Amino acid sequence: MSSETRQILTTDGIPLEVSLKKAERKNKIKAFLLVAPLLLFLLITYIFPIGDMLLRSVDDKMVTEMLPKTFKSMEDWDGNEMPPEEVFEAFYLDFQKLVEEKRDGKLSTQLNYTKNGFKSILKKLRRKAKNFEEGNYKEQIMAVHKRWADVEYWRAIKRRAPAFTSSKYLKGMDMYKNEEGKIVSVEEDRRIHRVLWLRTLEIAFFVTLLCFLMAYPIAHLLATLPMKYSNLLMICVLLPFWTSLLVRTASWMILLQQQGVVNDFFVMIGLVADDNRPEMMYNKTGTYVAMTQILLPFMVLPLYSVMKTISPSLMRAGKSLGGTPFVTFWKVYFPLTIPGIGAGCLLVFILAIGYYITPALVGGASGTLISNQIAFHMKSTLDWSFASAMGLMLLAGVLAIYWIYNKLVGIDNIKLG
Amino acid sequence: MALPKYTEPHYRIWHYMYIFICTCVFFFLIAPLFVIFPLSFNAEEFLSFSEGMKNLDPDAFSLRWYKDMIYGTKNPWGLAAKNSFIIAIFATLGSVILGTVAALGLSSRHMPYKGLIMATLISPMIVPLIISGVAIFFFMAKAGLAATHTGIILAHIILGTPFVVITVTATLSGFDHSVTRAASSLGSDPVNTFMKITLPLILPGVISGGLFAFVTSFDEVVVVLFLAGLENTTIPIQMWTGLREQLSPTILAVATCLIILSTLILVTAELLRRRSERLRGINR
Repeated sequence: MSSETRQILTTDGIPLEVSLKKAERKNKIKAFLLVAPLLLFLLITYIFPIGDMLLRSVDDKMVTEMLPKTFKSMEDWDGNEMPPEEVFEAFYLDFQKLVEEKRDGKLSTQLNYTKNGFKSILKKLRRKAKNFEEGNYKEQIMAVHKRWADVEYWRAIKRRAPAFTSSKYLKGMDMYKNEEGKIVSVEEDRRIHRVLWLRTLEIAFFVTLLCFLMAYPIAHLLATLPMKYSNLLMICVLLPFWTSLLVRTASWMILLQQQGVVNDFFVMIGLVADDNRPEMMYNKTGTYVAMTQILLPFMVLPLYSVMKTISPSLMRAGKSLGGTPFVTFWKVYFPLTIPGIGAGCLLVFILAIGYYITPALVGGASGTLISNQIAFHMKSTLDWSFASAMGLMLLAGVLAIYWIYNKLVGIDNIKLG
Repeated sequence: MALPKYTEPHYRIWHYMYIFICTCVFFFLIAPLFVIFPLSFNAEEFLSFSEGMKNLDPDAFSLRWYKDMIYGTKNPWGLAAKNSFIIAIFATLGSVILGTVAALGLSSRHMPYKGLIMATLISPMIVPLIISGVAIFFFMAKAGLAATHTGIILAHIILGTPFVVITVTATLSGFDHSVTRAASSLGSDPVNTFMKITLPLILPGVISGGLFAFVTSFDEVVVVLFLAGLENTTIPIQMWTGLREQLSPTILAVATCLIILSTLILVTAELLRRRSERLRGINR
């Protein structure tokens, strides 16, 4: 407001604009204070720990801290020829300190990750180092084992100098950094993680497709039937929705086992011989069947809520203008249901991609997903930094899907039940 | 869904096929739940229908597994049920209180950075559970809360609040704010206005959010698997171990009880939804 125009004053003589802004700010603070407790709680217990996962996944301080002198002396070494005497001396001093603290075992495990063969030569060094004389450590160490005279092994140590590493992420994609620092894939038969990623995507995709194909007709039926029938049928959708996931998985385990009801039925109608019952559980089939049934309600509900809003007179109008039922459906009804399809597919796909319990129980070896691998590393191998790295890769994928969805359909179109 | 008389034959066939497909899908959805009922009364130790059961022989049925569930030696279900209820009740209370208060703030038109904050608040629902599990485990381990009830309750509050936030903001979107202004102009303080005016009106939303939070906690297994020690075993954990190790019919007895519980929750949720729709005037 320019100074020439007369300012409107409130009764206390403060300009109205200032007074309004003050009130506005007060309201803003009030609203924010209501949200603050939950926001703070989630930040501390949830959002920061996810950040912590990020730190853990790239953290490689362990070796850096174990060999501080060595890495300092290696700074000037170009890595082409054998390192100079001072590197050997520093390494000897660092190593002796680790032996005193009984931490040399950890070092040998860590270095062995980088290059195979460190375990035995470090053990030998520990034995021999007791009798080392002062000075000329280079020759003494090189005399312990011929690998200590191999420049490759010293380069391997130098590679562990940085405090951060991307190796866990590379490992998650079955890649690693080789001696020259190039990123290469592991041998064909050891690419377990890529297989898992692909399988996770494949299963999530087909489960979403199956759910869509099954949910569309019943959502349509539910939306077009008179209320009193549709309410009854809605129970068929809502009861599984509210029932425990483990209960539903258990019932599939009973149905699909070799002596189970489904196999009994197949034998009865003569589809398979009694002594040749197919294995339907502990493989991909089991994962597909169980996951489709478990995730189906998440597809039906958004589809239903969209179809419910489509007026039946639109279809009648289409028909009266000469469209056959199929043409009317395809040109009028189907396009109107696209927001529902989008929401349902997004929900199911994202739930499926992170599924853990059902694949672990009915999936067997060929039906497990990436989540199972994450849980395995959290609970069995205790390689938490690797589990974090894989978890974050999965999270990045999920967020990317949300982003794409938001661009295409808009996230506000999601409805809950 | 009767067809008019003049329908052409191939549309007639298509219509019956459509009905048939729908029936199959409904059967696929609901039938697996019903296979558990009869098998939980199995007199034998198998998880398939015995000859006696197929012939409806009364001797083939028994309450053996229900007795085992309640009185069995070294049975873990009692402790698990107690833990599950304690954890779920406190987690629901926490989620409802934090979630409702936050939803009130979010629904205010003065709220700054609404989109970003909303995204943060509902993120536990979007992020795959396994990742939430890892993150929450790291926090609880650092805070010394792993393998404690408090830790699991806090974890379930994290997972439950998004549902409360969503249902309550949805209820508040149809809320007439002039009634609270009327209350304040009549001299009521904000807390009193909330308790006497706002809360009763948004109660259906709050309760259905609470139901979601309760079910989430009661059924949650991924995060608990990371957090729980022997003392904090819950029903889902017991079922998980049971299903992995030896499938005993006792699990089916437990599953039957859980299905009955979920039916009760479903009925409550449906009644609430209808009441709330009636209140919001979306009468169909």
